[in-house]
Amino acid sequence: MRSSVLKHIRTVFSVLVLLIFVYLFIDFRGTLGEKAFGPILYLQFAPSLLKFVIAGVAASTGFIVIIILTLITGRTYCSFLCPLGILQDVFSRLGGMIKRRFRRYGYKKPYTWLRYFILVLTAGILILGGVYVLTILDPYSIFGRFMTYFAQPVVLLVNNILATILGKFDIYALYRVDIVAYELAAYIIPVAFLVLVGLLAFRHGRLYCNTVCPVGTLLGLLSKLSVFRIRFEEEKCTRCGRCAMACKSSCIDFLNKHIDVSRCVNCFNCLDSCSENAMSYGPVRLSRSTKKELTDPSRRNFITGSILLLTGASQLARAQTDPPVPTKESTVREDRLYPVSPPGSVSIESYISRCTACSLCVIACPTRVLQPSVSEYGFASIMQPRMDFHSGFCNYNCNRCTDVCPTGAIMPLMIEAKKLTQLGKAVFIKENCIVHTEKTACGACSEHCPTKACHMVPYEGNLLIPEVKDDICIGCGACEYACPTKPYKAIFVDGNPVHEAALKPEAEELEAAPDDFLF
Amino acid sequence: MKRRKFLRSSLGAGVAAGAMMSFGRYENLFGGRPLPSGADYDLVAVMGGEPAAMFDLGIQAMGGMGTFVSKGQKVLVKPNIGWDVVPDKGANTNPALVKRVIEHCLRAGAKEVYVFDNTCDNWVKCYKNSGIEQAVKDAGAKMVPGGSESYYQEVTIPNGKQLTKTKVHELVLSSDVFINVPILKHHSSARMTGALKNMMGVVWDRSYWHRNNLNQCIADYALFAKKPALNIMDAYNVMMRNGPRGVSVGDLSNMKSLMISTDWVAIDAAGARMMGKEPSSIEHIALAAAMGAGNMDLSSMNIHRLKM
Repeated sequence: MRSSVLKHIRTVFSVLVLLIFVYLFIDFRGTLGEKAFGPILYLQFAPSLLKFVIAGVAASTGFIVIIILTLITGRTYCSFLCPLGILQDVFSRLGGMIKRRFRRYGYKKPYTWLRYFILVLTAGILILGGVYVLTILDPYSIFGRFMTYFAQPVVLLVNNILATILGKFDIYALYRVDIVAYELAAYIIPVAFLVLVGLLAFRHGRLYCNTVCPVGTLLGLLSKLSVFRIRFEEEKCTRCGRCAMACKSSCIDFLNKHIDVSRCVNCFNCLDSCSENAMSYGPVRLSRSTKKELTDPSRRNFITGSILLLTGASQLARAQTDPPVPTKESTVREDRLYPVSPPGSVSIESYISRCTACSLCVIACPTRVLQPSVSEYGFASIMQPRMDFHSGFCNYNCNRCTDVCPTGAIMPLMIEAKKLTQLGKAVFIKENCIVHTEKTACGACSEHCPTKACHMVPYEGNLLIPEVKDDICIGCGACEYACPTKPYKAIFVDGNPVHEAALKPEAEELEAAPDDFLF
Repeated sequence: MKRRKFLRSSLGAGVAAGAMMSFGRYENLFGGRPLPSGADYDLVAVMGGEPAAMFDLGIQAMGGMGTFVSKGQKVLVKPNIGWDVVPDKGANTNPALVKRVIEHCLRAGAKEVYVFDNTCDNWVKCYKNSGIEQAVKDAGAKMVPGGSESYYQEVTIPNGKQLTKTKVHELVLSSDVFINVPILKHHSSARMTGALKNMMGVVWDRSYWHRNNLNQCIADYALFAKKPALNIMDAYNVMMRNGPRGVSVGDLSNMKSLMISTDWVAIDAAGARMMGKEPSSIEHIALAAAMGAGNMDLSSMNIHRLKM
């Protein structure tokens, strides 16, 4: 097919996809039904692959669809379905608005060595049992973190301003939500990538996709076999070079009438740019052999340098400190052996080997108990969400996070099963407890406990003090969240490295209700 | 005696407004009986009906809602919506009762009725699953969010012993009439929650109360200038243990009761008795009574008991 129709189809389609994905990550009111997440996320390549191969979910076949799509059409995924790719197109467009020459690309040589090195590194580490590199480089997850860390606060701010204005008119359709930052160290990687991806897209189109992104590189390899490609109609071409200028991937060598198909993302801008109709998209004609490409060492150094800078910067993450200490303080530190992983994650080990930290669960969690980790699971697992019972507690009657996870790190868990899944066990520290230190009533922990694993027993005088029944505790952290002592809580949840089954609370029959007033 | 004076003085207006009220299918109930002569009961207690019907009867005995709400006033109705559980679990005020209270306020001429709670579980889920959000909408009132600190303003309680300042929801301050609609329940540490304890849902920082002598703070808040004009206690399904959240319906005692009083200490004292406890054994009730926030001596009160 010729002309600009393909390009327009691509533009409309990709804008729709981007809007859907943006909404997915800014939906702080939880308006999307739990059935919406599966279909939307089905075609995301890396999450789908992880879910199929590592979590063993046979229905997670989206990546196979993408492989077939790529073998037939080339890297359509990168322009039509990848939210990070589409976001970069938005950045490029903005760049072009600021300086026109940012939108004049021209042919450049690929960083072949670097991109295959990153692909091999990602795949190698994944095979050896670590998702760590993919967590950092998976484009869907990078996009998710951009939304979670940067877009969400802006959305909340706008929401809060509107809610305040509407509130003045007695309209409460919108409500204000306190904007709370995550732990500072968790921002390092998202900020670094915003700078890297943003700057590259601003000035160099899809250079990031063709140099750093392992998904892009893998699909690029596959697209070398693709049936449909961009082609030159040699007799019509006047060698004007407009196509090369318009190519965000810098992959059209118009002088040699050669297109580097491994870098072409099927944006179809070249078709649109050609005034001679000398370019078309259709089945490949196997006539010419591809030419060997040369590399440019100076550019390679620049990219390598950027990567090194990133790894260097992430070292800073290790210098984080504890929260501030108030005047009247509890004395015994919470001795947590294990962090608490979300319900449905089954075990910490399997969770951290599957989670790419897209942070969708962080957004979806209505109580904000899911927070990006820093070192709790180990530094290699930075940004993978953990249950932070100082930020919130796991709502007894909620399994939202288990509905949204695209990688199988958090597996679906029915609500009744979730209510009996023990994520950890509450541990009581009497030395910190108000009842013990102040000799006044408190019981905030027991008040919040949904199973009454944390219950009150007689203490000195008329006082009651908490006691924990391990076997019916589900580790939801309501007790820890509610405990008012500072800086250390008097009750905390120690994670179960492998989630266990909690017993159902039992109860005796009550006496019959009185049939007259007792006063 | 300020309370009684207030009641007497507004009785005329109340009767007039009450006479003009039209209660749909409840009209017969009202038309069939003469208005009670002693509308200055300290406490009205109703037993044996459904929550809305018990309220109809009880508020009539109190002189009708017109006694407390005048035309054009902004009314705040504060139920207990603390937990993300369904109405059958008895952890939140009965939605049918909340709806009925709002309807009475609107019939009495209230310009606007607002409902909110600073919940324990996620507030959006509490509002929804308690059935109260729907009931409020159906009744024609406004459900107001309470989940952000920005809705709360600092106030002082000059006579408080532990609690001398706290942040309360702006609606408590901006409404003309404040109606407290707690549910009677067991409470793990305060031993019982009713009208006084329900005020932990109008302040932002509850953990301060827990940290600084919980029972004293509850009693101290009862001295805050903006007091409820009316307390309506839901004792239909009373949680006898595992409160305030409850573990199962097995924790509930189906008492089918409702109490109404302008004195929140009195209504809590009655609630304590219904749960088989002496009011003086509930520390925050005893403290509030001692500080002059109300009367906990049930034997000295003019109590009107109604059975349906």
